[in-house]
Amino acid sequence: MENLLSIITFLPLVAATILALFLRGDDAAAQRNAKWLALVATSATFILSLFLLAGFDPADTGMQFLEDYDWIVGLHYKMGVDGISVLFVLLTTFLMPITIAACWPVEVRVKEYMIAFLVLETLMIGVFTALDLVLFYLFFEAGLIPMFLIIGIWGGKERIYAAFKFFLYTFLGSVLMLVAMIVMYVQAGTTDMVALMQFDFAHETLGIGGFQIVGGLQTLLFLAFFASFAVKIPMWPVHTWLPDAHVQAPTAGSVILAAVMLKMGGYGLLRFSLPMFPVGAEVLGPLVLWMSVIAIVYTSLVALAQSDMKKLIAYSSVAHMGFVTMGIFAVNQQGVDGAIFQMLSHGFISGALFLIVGVIYDRMHTREIDAYGGLVNRMPVYALIFMFFTMANVGLPGTSGFVGEFLTLVGIFQVNTWVAAVATTGVILSAAYALWLYRRVVFGDLIKEALKTITDMTGRERAIFAPLVVMTLLLGVYPSLVTDLIGPSVGALVADYHTAPGVSDAAAQVTN
Amino acid sequence: MTYVDFTTVLPEVILALFAMLALLFGAFTSKDATTTLLTWVTAALFTGLAIWIGAAGSGEHMAFGGMFNDDPFARFAKVTILLSAAAVLVMSQDYLRRRNLARFEYPILIALSVVGMMMMVSAGDLMALYMGLELQSLALYVIASLRRDSPKSTEAGLKYFVLGSLSSGLFLYGASLTYGFAGTTLFSGILRSVANGVPLGLLFGLVFMLAGLAFKVSAAPFHMWTPDVYEGAPTPVTAIFATAPKVAAMALIARLVHDAFGSIPGDWGQVIAGLSVASMFIGAIGAIGQRDLKRLMAYSSIAHMGFALIGLAAATALGVQATMIYMAIYVTMNIGTFAFILSLERDGAPVTSIDSLNMFSKTAPLKALAVMVLFVSMAGLPPMLGFFAKFYVLKAAINADMTWLAIAGVLASVIGAFYYLRIVYVMYFGKETEGVGSRMVPVQWLMLMGSAVIMVAGIINLFGIDPIAAVAAEALVR
Repeated sequence: MENLLSIITFLPLVAATILALFLRGDDAAAQRNAKWLALVATSATFILSLFLLAGFDPADTGMQFLEDYDWIVGLHYKMGVDGISVLFVLLTTFLMPITIAACWPVEVRVKEYMIAFLVLETLMIGVFTALDLVLFYLFFEAGLIPMFLIIGIWGGKERIYAAFKFFLYTFLGSVLMLVAMIVMYVQAGTTDMVALMQFDFAHETLGIGGFQIVGGLQTLLFLAFFASFAVKIPMWPVHTWLPDAHVQAPTAGSVILAAVMLKMGGYGLLRFSLPMFPVGAEVLGPLVLWMSVIAIVYTSLVALAQSDMKKLIAYSSVAHMGFVTMGIFAVNQQGVDGAIFQMLSHGFISGALFLIVGVIYDRMHTREIDAYGGLVNRMPVYALIFMFFTMANVGLPGTSGFVGEFLTLVGIFQVNTWVAAVATTGVILSAAYALWLYRRVVFGDLIKEALKTITDMTGRERAIFAPLVVMTLLLGVYPSLVTDLIGPSVGALVADYHTAPGVSDAAAQVTN
Repeated sequence: MTYVDFTTVLPEVILALFAMLALLFGAFTSKDATTTLLTWVTAALFTGLAIWIGAAGSGEHMAFGGMFNDDPFARFAKVTILLSAAAVLVMSQDYLRRRNLARFEYPILIALSVVGMMMMVSAGDLMALYMGLELQSLALYVIASLRRDSPKSTEAGLKYFVLGSLSSGLFLYGASLTYGFAGTTLFSGILRSVANGVPLGLLFGLVFMLAGLAFKVSAAPFHMWTPDVYEGAPTPVTAIFATAPKVAAMALIARLVHDAFGSIPGDWGQVIAGLSVASMFIGAIGAIGQRDLKRLMAYSSIAHMGFALIGLAAATALGVQATMIYMAIYVTMNIGTFAFILSLERDGAPVTSIDSLNMFSKTAPLKALAVMVLFVSMAGLPPMLGFFAKFYVLKAAINADMTWLAIAGVLASVIGAFYYLRIVYVMYFGKETEGVGSRMVPVQWLMLMGSAVIMVAGIINLFGIDPIAAVAAEALVR
């Protein structure tokens, strides 16, 4: 299994090519074949990725499953995973078959739909496995195209606006990262990410146009990368594309967007911003922390005011990702562990919540909260699953949501008590909007005429939720499954960060 | 001595002789009936010459006392020019025949203009340069008004001619100033004379010459003619305009600034950087409101020229290499796109409005996919080859400490992404309106699919043009 990572990454692409070239026609049989092929391919990818997990050695903090070939322009085709990235690969491969299964009711241009998701899977896995700057950028950016099409072709009424907003917003963020990457290439003479993590970029204070830039080049590079990742995560105040994109995207698109694509931003912060520009991170860290806190509180309040279910969950995503950035910039073992844990857990929970909205949207074709009420009377199983994920979203102990929030809060408490205090109010607010949503949709009397004939979840839908419920519970009661895997790598990352040259000086300068 | 001179220019001589013989042949036989034959023969000759130049050429030779250079740089440009001209010739044949435009002069004029372009990229002297430039331009003026009975085409030809003459005038004025102050028209002589300080007059000469050449590559602010000429000229002619002459003119600028003014990069680097920024933004912003595909391609080419100029503004060997790779990729993308535009029609009449592409992906999924790949590549998005074109020039700029130029470039590319994506949006989720037919002859289909496949497959190793372009750039920048 020399090339296990490449095989996992490109298997979906191969399936997409087969679909594109050999599947003809658009009748029911062809549509069924397309769906089954996609399901088989994504499942096979997941099974292969289990081998990755089996062969992974948590104690080794370096890159594992390395592949390295020369490429054009002095770049390398280099792949590898460490404790930080391996679980994101698993998250992606785990969620893809579920997503494909959730696409089953789609009947419009099914073949293209499946191709778009398969291509997207390749690109998403590539983001987490690439170890060359430009290769990373390639996967990172290319993912925009299939997502643009998924929102645009299969989306809701305002899909065109949403697709363009999604695309241009994220593209604008990432081009600055591209410039920064080339600067790094020129400065360090390599695009190998492992080597770049060891490389010390200049951090002497720079004067540009009368401004004194503390942290110099590192701060500038940090900002350029941050522009890209902050949009992707998304952080307040550049989160405005997310509600639009989520509301207009088809259910499966929302799931992937929330569960995996947002994580690319968090992963990027861990992979680039902290290890490569520690001084920049130290200088701007407090700012990022407060931005995270604002995101947590502000978007939770905004979520309270929403009348569209998907929009509400989208804002809740922004709030939960606020915990992630907060944990990352606490830069200690608990904070970063918690951030990664929160990302994984949010992948399951937000994915499930979007699927939950999808279930009733498929039946009623509306996402307005006011259009529902009293669903528990006709859909008991649905009510149960919705309840479970609402509680997980709130962070009830025993679900994975609790562990992530708790760890990040513990992490940040050691660094900045005020930030921790304000962020904790976010937990309360999240309970407010999530429970209120649940009450309005599920409880009460079933008085709406249209809802009187609504049917409960089918076997297929239950099967989709089963693995998500299992994972949420499992990680909730036994978090060591994750923390044992990521712990050593996170420990090395944190230790490297604090011993990097210039960080303690910068810390002193910032506090003054 | 003379023998060596002539062996150096043999490809140009062969092509020029061929053009004249073909003219006689056409005139004395059955005139327009020979068009098909002549087109294929011309294209075959282009391809043959390209292979010959590419495979057999080696080393650096000078002919006619330094007036004509045969070096790796010239060969790189010539191969690109010849291959792209051949591709455009064969793919536009069907269009011309069905619209009664298939005149036998068409391939001959293109052959002559290609001779001019080959002369341009090899020039070692202002006179030789001007000779090539005018030969190229005159032939193109004529084919711009190929459709004599259409006011638009005539207007395009006239506009191109008048503004082209103006730019030639500017160039000549600059050349004469340069001659006056340097005392020679030979590039090597000018280079020697600027080594002992640059008089103001020489600088003026340089700027005038750059302005004249900027017109030829349609770099802003000398781009005004481009949209009208692109729109008015018959589509095959537009396809020619968008490809080979751009490569030639870009190579010419590179040669002029490096061979004649290579020791004072500070003086022209700023000018070219200014042209580049203006082109990128005007091209990107101007394209947003367009309703016509050909006008859109005009603005797109303005923006692309801006990007290619970034490489030249860097004033390094890496920069020249980046520009040449950029041009090669640009030409490939444009050939595919124009093969597609050529095939668009409704009830037998050519259609070029963007709205006509509504939901094109439903009627022709494979073609729509190929066009999407091309447009995404032009937008410079990974993983298509267009991204690497931009990557090269950005890297050259940053390497030369012009990070601001790189930042301007990427910002312009975000604006540009909007209008490229608009085409994708129209094709994939536009309104349901009266569709458009795409009647493709095999050769057009081949060009469209071929260039789309190149855009994707090229990321594996760029088909090995990277080291070739490096050698070419080394030959120019010493």
